[in-house]
Amino acid sequence: MSGALRDEQRVSGALLDARLVVDRGAFRLDVPLRVAPGEVVALLGPNGAGKTTALRALAGLHPLTAGHVTLDAVDLDRPATRAWVPTERRPIGVVFQDYLLFPHLSALDNVAFGPRRHGVDRRTARATARHWLDRVGLDAQAHRRPRQLSGGQAQRVALARALAVAPSLLLLDEPLAALDARTRLDTRAELHRHLSAHPGATVLVTHDPLDALALADRLVIVEGGRVVQEGDGPSVTARPRTDYVARLVGLNLYRGSAEGHGVRVAPGLTLTVADRLDGEAFVAFRPAAVALHPSRPQGSPRNTWAGTVAGVQRHGDNLRVQLDGPIGVAADVTPAAAAQLRLSPGQQVWVAVKAAETHAYPATG
Amino acid sequence: MSGQLEQAAPRRRGRVPVALLIPAGLGLLFLVLPLAGLVIRAPWTTLPQRLTEPGALTALRLSVQTATLATALCLLLGVPLAWVLARVEFPGRRLVRALVTVPLVLPPVVGGVALLLVFGRRGLLGGWLDTTFGITLPFTTTGVVLAEAFVAMPFLVIAVEGALRAADHRFEEAAATLGASRWTTFTHVTLPLVAPGLAAGAVLCWARALGEFGATITFAGNYPGRTQTMPLAVYLALETDLESAIVLSLVLLVVSVGILVALRDRWMSA
Repeated sequence: MSGALRDEQRVSGALLDARLVVDRGAFRLDVPLRVAPGEVVALLGPNGAGKTTALRALAGLHPLTAGHVTLDAVDLDRPATRAWVPTERRPIGVVFQDYLLFPHLSALDNVAFGPRRHGVDRRTARATARHWLDRVGLDAQAHRRPRQLSGGQAQRVALARALAVAPSLLLLDEPLAALDARTRLDTRAELHRHLSAHPGATVLVTHDPLDALALADRLVIVEGGRVVQEGDGPSVTARPRTDYVARLVGLNLYRGSAEGHGVRVAPGLTLTVADRLDGEAFVAFRPAAVALHPSRPQGSPRNTWAGTVAGVQRHGDNLRVQLDGPIGVAADVTPAAAAQLRLSPGQQVWVAVKAAETHAYPATG
Repeated sequence: MSGQLEQAAPRRRGRVPVALLIPAGLGLLFLVLPLAGLVIRAPWTTLPQRLTEPGALTALRLSVQTATLATALCLLLGVPLAWVLARVEFPGRRLVRALVTVPLVLPPVVGGVALLLVFGRRGLLGGWLDTTFGITLPFTTTGVVLAEAFVAMPFLVIAVEGALRAADHRFEEAAATLGASRWTTFTHVTLPLVAPGLAAGAVLCWARALGEFGATITFAGNYPGRTQTMPLAVYLALETDLESAIVLSLVLLVVSVGILVALRDRWMSA
């Protein structure tokens, strides 16, 4: 019977099949999640979106209110049938945000802790631990206590500890958030290598789009407890569906009704776009595609409107100008252009976007 | 440069007010003088032979034995009690915590009377223990251990519960994700994490048990070799042989100072 179920799972390709419903007072998390073997899925969202709650529910550290967590055809949590497998009996590995390495144990014993609890004898457990420390490049630090390790080293020990139990489901909570920028870059590349090699399903939670894009095969964007967008990195970054995602990937995003090459995004403002479509649609364009003029521009660009400067910030080598108007828009201008325009808050300028620089796509489906 | 600044800092704060300095000095004297008196009046020349007198040695041995057994009993019962108080949500937890601390403020003599009422030969449990198992607790060495444990256990429970609350319970979650049951987590993660607090609590508990007087003399009596611990011996010697009382007191003082030194990292640094 379970064999048949297993085959069915294989066909559908999902190792983890979950619908995570957790009520916490006024907040409700409702996130469907399917992860194939070897796949890395990132739950990406702002703070308070419910990402960590989702991770805790997968780990069994927080019970579901409804829905289910099914891993390799076994119900780990399904309130409807009262199925419940406690955390310690779930085939999982967790890398916590601040690692939670046991301070009284050496790096080696931290990694050997899991295998020991899974009934492996001390010698074998230590051999396994040594193998994993070796894989993360820390065999020389095996006998150090966690407080003698650097942040990056502690992160790698935490990863080795989670992987040493050969989990079917690997969970990572903001795995790089506690690291400084330099270490983060190196560790991210190394983490990517290990996650790619992990044969089980991997779910990682992060609020950093760079981490998500670098580490995950697929992104699940969560806002206010709901999935607002899902897809691989390129499709999510090219076609954001919420302001949050648009801000993450640095795009101006508007929703409106399309008719041919025109998308009406605000009363009295219809943007001309390169794509041709009808119905509810999104229009996205880069801040760098926005040009600012002191007076109404003559000639080519058809998308022009009057805006008011709301703020100016440094953005890389350029300045990012926030503008109010019929639609709020971010524009990147060079310092030279900014000086020429004498940009200051409250000032009125003309905003222009070339149709060829826009990207429009249906809002449904 | 910075050294000069550091030296200048106390001068800027102004003089210490005399109204505080004088009572502070008197307070210190009040605490230290009696101890100094003990050391000054000690019969140093006859000390070695006094110490090796059979009575003194018996009382010392009995004290150390009973205090150690009482501490063991407190660890056995008190650590799980502290864990339940720190980790399990249940109705009436605040009440239970208050009950645990009662022996802390209760006059030990009252504790002794209460123990007699429960474990005495005609007590609530004592009668049943006597008739069913032939176990008699009052006026026995076991009685001494019980009296000491009764008075000393709150010290251990409070210390361990505080340590448990201060310890990050997410380490226990991490242990669970690695496959550790709650019991294994307790023995392999929780206990090592709170080990310093546990050790301090145990030492404090042992010291309190060693000095126990009121509950012991009430519940267990004052039989040399059986229930006469050091404090009881000191009290008895005071009426017959002052020098002997001083010597025994000195021993207790040395033990106390030893404990203080052992705990200095936890207390002196605060």
